[in-house]
Amino acid sequence: MDIPGLYNYWIVIVLMMTGFYIVIARGNLIKKIVGLNIFQTSVFILYISMGKVDGGTAPIIAEGVERYSNPLPHVLILTAIVVGIATTALGLALIVRIRAAYGTIEEDEIHAQNTMKDADG
Amino acid sequence: MIAAHLPILQIVVPLVAAPACLALGRGRAAWLLALAVSWAALGIAGGLLATVLRDGPVSYALGNWAPPWGIEYRVDALNAYVLLIVAAIGAVVLPYARRSIADELPAHQHAAFYTAFLLCLTGLLGVAITGDAFNLFVFLEISSLSSYVLIGLGRNRRALTAAFQYLVMGTIGATFIVIGIGLLYMATGTLNMADLAARIPAVAHSRTVLAALAFLAVGATLKIALFPLHGWLPNAYAYAPSAVTAFLAATATKVSVYILVRFLFTVFGPAYSFEQLALHNLIVPFAVIAIVVCSTVAIFQNNVKRMLAYSSVAQIGYMMLGIGLGTATGISAGLVHLFNHALMKGGLFLALGCIALRVGSVRLEALAGLGRTMPLSAFAFVIGGLSLIGVPLTNGFISKWILVQATLEQGAWGLALVVLFGSLLAVAYIWRVVEVAYLRPPPDGARRREAPLSMLIPTWILIGASVYFGIDTSLSLGVAEIAARILTGGAG
Repeated sequence: MDIPGLYNYWIVIVLMMTGFYIVIARGNLIKKIVGLNIFQTSVFILYISMGKVDGGTAPIIAEGVERYSNPLPHVLILTAIVVGIATTALGLALIVRIRAAYGTIEEDEIHAQNTMKDADG
Repeated sequence: MIAAHLPILQIVVPLVAAPACLALGRGRAAWLLALAVSWAALGIAGGLLATVLRDGPVSYALGNWAPPWGIEYRVDALNAYVLLIVAAIGAVVLPYARRSIADELPAHQHAAFYTAFLLCLTGLLGVAITGDAFNLFVFLEISSLSSYVLIGLGRNRRALTAAFQYLVMGTIGATFIVIGIGLLYMATGTLNMADLAARIPAVAHSRTVLAALAFLAVGATLKIALFPLHGWLPNAYAYAPSAVTAFLAATATKVSVYILVRFLFTVFGPAYSFEQLALHNLIVPFAVIAIVVCSTVAIFQNNVKRMLAYSSVAQIGYMMLGIGLGTATGISAGLVHLFNHALMKGGLFLALGCIALRVGSVRLEALAGLGRTMPLSAFAFVIGGLSLIGVPLTNGFISKWILVQATLEQGAWGLALVVLFGSLLAVAYIWRVVEVAYLRPPPDGARRREAPLSMLIPTWILIGASVYFGIDTSLSLGVAEIAARILTGGAG
């Protein structure tokens, strides 16, 4: 298997699984958001990597250059980065509100408070 | 010509109005604007459906960039059907929202609420109208982000944790979808759905395309809340403000079902998804478990809103069962239930919102004697419940009838029995509410206090529509059948 040639993609997979694992395994809400960020970042790298054309330069028209990298995935991922930032900001804002309401940002402690009072209504 | 630009107006009108609502600030101006916009969106969606049924699919090139290079909005019978559902629910919920939101949110949040509501509407309409895979992801995130905000506005502090949980699950789902879209772009070099459909067969056997399908399917099922990925839904619906629950329950998961259907049938094609990969072996069992398990869980809920939320997960099972069969009848059954369930569940949650306004709680024991103290709201709940069960002369019966037909067509007696068994479970949980509301006496000193008309009328519009579409199915079933024919490869 061509591991050096697929270096970027291996990094993508490692980051993706790392982020995913943090989201699932960590009970601290901030750490969950960090994990989510790492998970999303891996997708950014995936898109950016696929835009690379062998021997191509930056996609700016210049004399004597015939091969350009594909700029479209880069543009797409700019949008995804904006979405990622919005998600992070909203997630953090919710955490601030959760801390004000529960006095903690640990998932198990929040859960304990919820079941203790069983404030269902 | 305005008519030629209907597809873009469908999106731009609510999108531009959303920040304007914020600028209008306190008072009723923001609500009036949101109301006008939601009605305009319904008018546009109706116009688009009429055009599509008359002249066939509409294609609109954004900024005049010809597809497949530019973003294309492509409206066929399926898109127009989903657009109409989303816009109609938005237009009914907004008149209701004013009183309900005034009761549940502090005054300084009202303008922000209508902004988030319109953004959510924009996102859902955008997902349903676009013909570009990446654009679909962007609209999905617009609707998701605004729905996290809307859910987090609930009065109970558990709304915050519910919103956070949905944010985490929803982001994972949407990221899976964007990974899938990226892999498809890698394999084919295009993002336009029609173009993708033309190019995928040539590379269908590569692992990239297989992985793309896997990521897209899992991502979409997370947003659909198909069992076992439904964990975020019950709390999100139970603790969101009443108007938000009604709107999201009737639209958000439906639009996600549309995403899955669009990718499985239009982009990958039924031959690939169902004949080669046999995805029905995955979808049908999960749908069956959703119907049986979540209907059973619903019976044991003491919070009626959470009961209806579990019932929603079960009803999603019916839709996915029909779609998972992969036949034209099965897809019609899934799509018609998508339409019918939006009406009945929207109506039920609106009725529950009326009750929450007057009683101040949606716990089962708080509903005692409601048949006498709030006869109109309680009766709306009963009709909606009958529709959920699938009693003849309600639209729920039509859904189940077609679904049973679709299973029998395949000789799958077991599945037909599951559908009937699911209805029995629905009888059980609806009966618990009816028993408390009608057979128990109201608490001492309770007077007759019906909800205000501005909330009762929208509730009864949806409940009335549930009955109407149980009798006249030319719109609901008619368009679903056309869409199913297109999806399975026949001519529209």
